[in-house]
Amino acid sequence: MTTTTAADAQRDFDAVIDSDQRIEPRDWMPDAYRSTLVRQIAQHAHSEIIGMQPEGNWLTRAPSLKRKAILIAKVQDEAGHGLYLYGAAETLGVSREDLLDLLHAGRQRYSSIFNYPTLTWADVGAIGWLVDGAAIMNQIPLTRCSYGPYARAMVRICKEESFHQRQGFESLLTLSRGTEAQHEMAQDAVNRWWWPSIMMFGPPDSDSPHSGQSMAWGIKRFSNDELRQRFIDICVPQAAILGLELPDPVLTWNEERGHYDFGDIDWSEFKRVLSGDGPCNRQRLSHRVAAHNEGQWVRDAAMAYAAKQEALRDAVSPGTETEKDSPDADVA
Amino acid sequence: MSQRVLDGTVARYCLALGDDALVLSQRLCQWAADAPAIEEDVALMNIALDLIGQARSFLSYAGVREGCGRTEDDLAYLRDERDFRNVQLVELANGDFATTMTRQLLFSAYQYELYEGLSRSSDEEIAAVAAKAFKEVSYHRDHAATWVVRLGDGTDESHGRTVAGIHAAWPYTAELFEPLDFDAALVGLVEARIAVDPASLHEPWLGYVTSVLTKATVEVPSTTWAPAGGRRGLHTEGFGYLLAEMQHLHRSFPGATW
Amino acid sequence: MPCRRGPRQRKIRQMPTSPEAAGASVPSALPARRDWPLWEVFVRPRRGLSHTHSGSLHAPDAELALRNARDLYTRRQEGVSIWVVRSSDITASTADEKDSFFDPAADKVYRHPTFYEIPDEVEHL
Repeated sequence: MTTTTAADAQRDFDAVIDSDQRIEPRDWMPDAYRSTLVRQIAQHAHSEIIGMQPEGNWLTRAPSLKRKAILIAKVQDEAGHGLYLYGAAETLGVSREDLLDLLHAGRQRYSSIFNYPTLTWADVGAIGWLVDGAAIMNQIPLTRCSYGPYARAMVRICKEESFHQRQGFESLLTLSRGTEAQHEMAQDAVNRWWWPSIMMFGPPDSDSPHSGQSMAWGIKRFSNDELRQRFIDICVPQAAILGLELPDPVLTWNEERGHYDFGDIDWSEFKRVLSGDGPCNRQRLSHRVAAHNEGQWVRDAAMAYAAKQEALRDAVSPGTETEKDSPDADVA
Repeated sequence: MSQRVLDGTVARYCLALGDDALVLSQRLCQWAADAPAIEEDVALMNIALDLIGQARSFLSYAGVREGCGRTEDDLAYLRDERDFRNVQLVELANGDFATTMTRQLLFSAYQYELYEGLSRSSDEEIAAVAAKAFKEVSYHRDHAATWVVRLGDGTDESHGRTVAGIHAAWPYTAELFEPLDFDAALVGLVEARIAVDPASLHEPWLGYVTSVLTKATVEVPSTTWAPAGGRRGLHTEGFGYLLAEMQHLHRSFPGATW
Repeated sequence: MPCRRGPRQRKIRQMPTSPEAAGASVPSALPARRDWPLWEVFVRPRRGLSHTHSGSLHAPDAELALRNARDLYTRRQEGVSIWVVRSSDITASTADEKDSFFDPAADKVYRHPTFYEIPDEVEHL
């Protein structure tokens, strides 16, 4: 066993971060780096799982078989992304069950965008275009996050997410160019999802105390305001092609800045929704908790069966290794 | 059989195959975000997606053979209950996870035998769809069996729920193997080796299902009650609600593109 | 309550001994749980390549671990070989591990971004 000092470990860690390489699960890392990542990755995972609800809301009512198929695939992907992310979080030494407990107890969050209701079919398209678009904008930089398992999960997720966004855009385009009622449905959805989507990038930089440390650790690559501005700049021309208006009369191109100016965000709404008083917070969480609790007997049954099989195997060949975990070795 | 009659008969046959898959997919979609483990959300959506694919293939082909210009969406969204040809088994409510998995076992095991036979259909299109679907339902059948065994031979609670699930679904399996002779032309399809005689599927199906239930420590039910009628458009009371939910939005915008 | 057991390691490291230490605080008095254990998944996408680590998942036993791995990490592509190993059975050195990732299943054409007809002038999609 090597006798690395704490100072050496910190120096090695810093060197990896500074040279833009990856920290891997077995590397030393500061406690705060680990806990920040656990929280961020877990909340990202929770978002995917909770996100299945607003979209799942339209599975049984999808207006064409093609759209139904696309939406089933999307919801399936979301569950899968949640699993990739829980897996990444678990490399940091927590269990998924613990993380779910924290979610269910309201002590870890999920993206508050999912606290809004999907009231029409067009909402599904709006979520694809705007919410997934914002998510991709956040996620692409994360593919270069300093923590290896998280970065790798993000690579896989980004590949799958690109079709989600295009699906949403195409759906809205079809609606916008369809009947008058369909066009109105699309416009109404955009009116409701635009502002919450740009709030997805978080509070303004001036109001974001942890950003600095996350950037120093290579967990965060761009600031909230930078990403938000980039997103808006991309969406405005896309909205024009969609033939839909963005509900912000201030949106205009500013030649000097080289960006679109946009109106004031209602941060009080953001805070309200974040603190639990959005339209769907209570519903999303209780739905999630109910699914988990109602599934306990199933999970228990699977474990009981596994235990019985194990016992049978032991009976057949006694002396082979049992399921007891061996104690950790070499833990500092 | 004249070409026109043949076309119409093949269309009716494919409608039934497509309706089975469509209705079961619809039921499975109701599990999204409700499954007992996130891995099962993935698995159930995966099965639902495969089934929608099968439904689309069979419904599209039915529309083509019918020759009236009806698309897969016209058939899925604009027919009323009495025109749907699915068996009643697939329209049963999901119930708990054991009820869903026992229904899945019984139905996927049937589809397994069905598609295995249909992959040799003298109709190229049906054979092609069946060949692809066979691989999919092999997976569905295994998945359901894996769970039925674990739930049957898990805890007392899970065992009880599995027994209840099997008993709820079992009577509806009789309809899967009903001969096609309620429609004389369909019998002709069997003779022409386009369609498979459902009765011929019963024995291999029963053999497989029995082996799974035995492993699951669940007795194979025996019942004289054999509800049927789905293939003739007579469904359960719950079916109207299923269709209403599925079709409402599409019907609210006649002629619209999505 | 026991935390997730990680692979054994050789050099000094801060493996948290509890979820609290990992920055995830949990209520203290919880009943013993029967969590599904963690498995590592290795996939060989086609002949000629070797198995590489794809990630991890939870399952109560090996058969379900394989099924879940197939759904999650390969989207049921054919010709793929999967190994699942209980995480607690893995002994690790300190060497870096390389992961590889797999393209979406080819037959689900709507998984490919090019499937959607987007007007040419739309950028950033």
